[in-house]
Amino acid sequence: MTNLTREETEALIAEVLEIYPEKAKKDRAKHLTVNDQSVEQSKKCITSNRKSLPGVMTVRGCAYAGSKGVVWGPIKDMIHISHGPVGCGQYSRAGRRNYYVGTTGINTFGTMNFTSDFQEKDIVFGGDKKLSKIMTEIESLFPLAKGISVQSECPIGLIGDDIEAVSKKASKELNKPVVPVRCEGFRGVSQSLGHHIANDAIRDWVLDKRDGDNSFVTTPYDVSIIGDYNIGGDAWSSRTLLEEMGLRVVSQWSGDGTLAEMELTPKVKLNLLHCYRSMNYISRHMEEKYGIPWVEYNFFGPTKIAESLRKIAGYFDDTIKAGAERVIERYKAQYDAVIAKYRPRLEGKRVMLYVGGLRPRHVIGAYEDLGMEVVGTGYEFAHNDDYDRTIKDMGNATLIYDDVTGYEFEEFVKKIKPDLIGSGIKEKYIFQKMGIPFRQMHSWDYSGPYHGYDGFAIFARDMDMTLNNPCWGKMKAPWIKDEAAPAVAAAA
Amino acid sequence: MALRQCAIYGKGGIGKSTTTQNLVAGLAEAGKKVMIVGCDPKADSTRLILHAKAQNSIMQMAAEAGSVEDLELEDVLKVGYRDIKCVESGGPEPGVGCAGRGVITAINFLEEEGAYEEDLDFVFYDVLGDVVCGGFAMPIRENKAQEIYIVCSGEMMAMYAANNIAKGIVKYANSGGVRLAGLICNSRNTAREDELIMELARQLGTQMIHFVPRDNVVQRAEIRRMTVIEYEPAAKQAQEYRDLANKIINNKNFVIPTPITMDALEDLLMQFGLMDEEDESIVGKTAAEEAKA
Repeated sequence: MTNLTREETEALIAEVLEIYPEKAKKDRAKHLTVNDQSVEQSKKCITSNRKSLPGVMTVRGCAYAGSKGVVWGPIKDMIHISHGPVGCGQYSRAGRRNYYVGTTGINTFGTMNFTSDFQEKDIVFGGDKKLSKIMTEIESLFPLAKGISVQSECPIGLIGDDIEAVSKKASKELNKPVVPVRCEGFRGVSQSLGHHIANDAIRDWVLDKRDGDNSFVTTPYDVSIIGDYNIGGDAWSSRTLLEEMGLRVVSQWSGDGTLAEMELTPKVKLNLLHCYRSMNYISRHMEEKYGIPWVEYNFFGPTKIAESLRKIAGYFDDTIKAGAERVIERYKAQYDAVIAKYRPRLEGKRVMLYVGGLRPRHVIGAYEDLGMEVVGTGYEFAHNDDYDRTIKDMGNATLIYDDVTGYEFEEFVKKIKPDLIGSGIKEKYIFQKMGIPFRQMHSWDYSGPYHGYDGFAIFARDMDMTLNNPCWGKMKAPWIKDEAAPAVAAAA
Repeated sequence: MALRQCAIYGKGGIGKSTTTQNLVAGLAEAGKKVMIVGCDPKADSTRLILHAKAQNSIMQMAAEAGSVEDLELEDVLKVGYRDIKCVESGGPEPGVGCAGRGVITAINFLEEEGAYEEDLDFVFYDVLGDVVCGGFAMPIRENKAQEIYIVCSGEMMAMYAANNIAKGIVKYANSGGVRLAGLICNSRNTAREDELIMELARQLGTQMIHFVPRDNVVQRAEIRRMTVIEYEPAAKQAQEYRDLANKIINNKNFVIPTPITMDALEDLLMQFGLMDEEDESIVGKTAAEEAKA
């Protein structure tokens, strides 16, 4: 199917909105737009970061998800207590595939669930004492844990537990950082506020710990990877490229990251920001307080990788600039081979995306390297600065949807008929049952890494094996004949 | 006789617990089988019946036992004067946790354990001063208390509170069967107190079911952790509580209240000289500014 014109896309939005009651229609209309690259500020065409309407089936998460699940959870040598009833921590345990190196339960704790497991009596009498006891138990059972964070679930904010006082006291007793995080799930409209709260907690409780300490030997090439959660090993396949070009990666935030790395980050020369949405806050803080510049980069697909490596090298001297060229050159044969193999199988295929923090725009380049086109994209919890960036990356007259509802997404897909959808587990089976190839783009569908040149090879293979899987030709049950068949039967 | 569930509300310190226990003693004396459910973290709603300082509460015992499911009814239900059954919901000390949730948990426990299924005539819920959250409205939500008595006096704040409680009752009256059954005036010896409360009752669409005069024998009995009826059955005050008990037994006046506006309440207070005519010219003026003018 050929792409829609601007008028056709506008008509499609109008048609999909038609079924809503007046009030919902008015609200949802603000969150849907047809891309126009000439627009400078996205606020002129799309509204974002607003409360979802009840009943529309949003797939957004909560502030606790943003803090515990995204920002803090991957810090592997700390223990993150899900403070409140057991479910929040248990149902999200180890679900995000933040890979890490270490011995789980000894010096790393990423896939474990620590919770205060609130009961009625804890709600009624408060959970402070229990929290304090848990911290003592953690110290005796897991002495190699470098610190503790308290991730507040909803009830904590309702009953007014003083987790700050408990944390301060425990920090003194254990002689380790103990960080209270007020990320109660009911705060804000999505997980986005949780990212911000988590960033602020790092700023207030972690980042200044080595301010007066100059014992760490720095180099002019120290950088930090910010906002890479090492899904399926993404940060690793990114880090190697940076190191090969001559940079020293001091810290990874927060995939495969440690508390010590976070504390050392204010010593670096440049912060490399991958997920802008979830960690721009701490990057801006380090810029203001420590004068560390930050630069956004994109390691999806060779075009964007080369662009980003050169942009990063621009902050350093000629050795690094030469290093960047060397890296691009070294991997050229590898990524050219990937493109040569997969592009003919994927050329012209059309993709619709609906994901989280950065991927709705960052992966566009990787698809384009394979000759594919992203015809619709949207974010669960973006703000308008994300859409400002997206407008330039998407083609004219493509569809952009914010906090898309289950109904809207299905209707758009029915009309646009993409060859591939990239979204999350909640969407996956709906669209597969509609016969449309689907990749989970939160967890890389249990594959990955997708970052860097190594990741691109896996990305290309995964898209090919999904799109060109023979199963899509078998969607019709063998006993159901072509349209013509019943007519023949009737005639007989 | 079918079980009647009644809840006693009113401003903090107005004498809800004392009034409830004395009137319940009156009901018991009249041969009724009664249970008191204290819905206040202070757990002081049953001390005059049990001659105890404070009863072990459901939530306190649940915390010690591990969870509320580990408790048995007989662990929490105590029997006092004239076989009056007593339970306290209990809750946290001030400043921590959630007392409202304690009330919800405790009342659910009593229901599940069948505390109300025995042949009781009355259950009285003695509820913490202000209905600050959903938990303290638990006794008036569906299938719980059907009759609400508000304890008040002729003091301004007590009447504000009574009117606010009436608003709360309206909310639940529309979705369930809860009704306002009357105001109990616990006298503070203010001027024309009986007339004032009768007028307030009239405007709220209800009755002043009884005027309980002030009498020091109540305090003397309380020091001994007793009700007046038990301590000095012949006292005039004991008869007052018997009268109140009888009026409640025979009460048929159950209404959806008609809470009044702030203006109407202030008019009423002015009419009885409890409040001066409002002088708009002095609003927001400091003493120094007034002196200058």
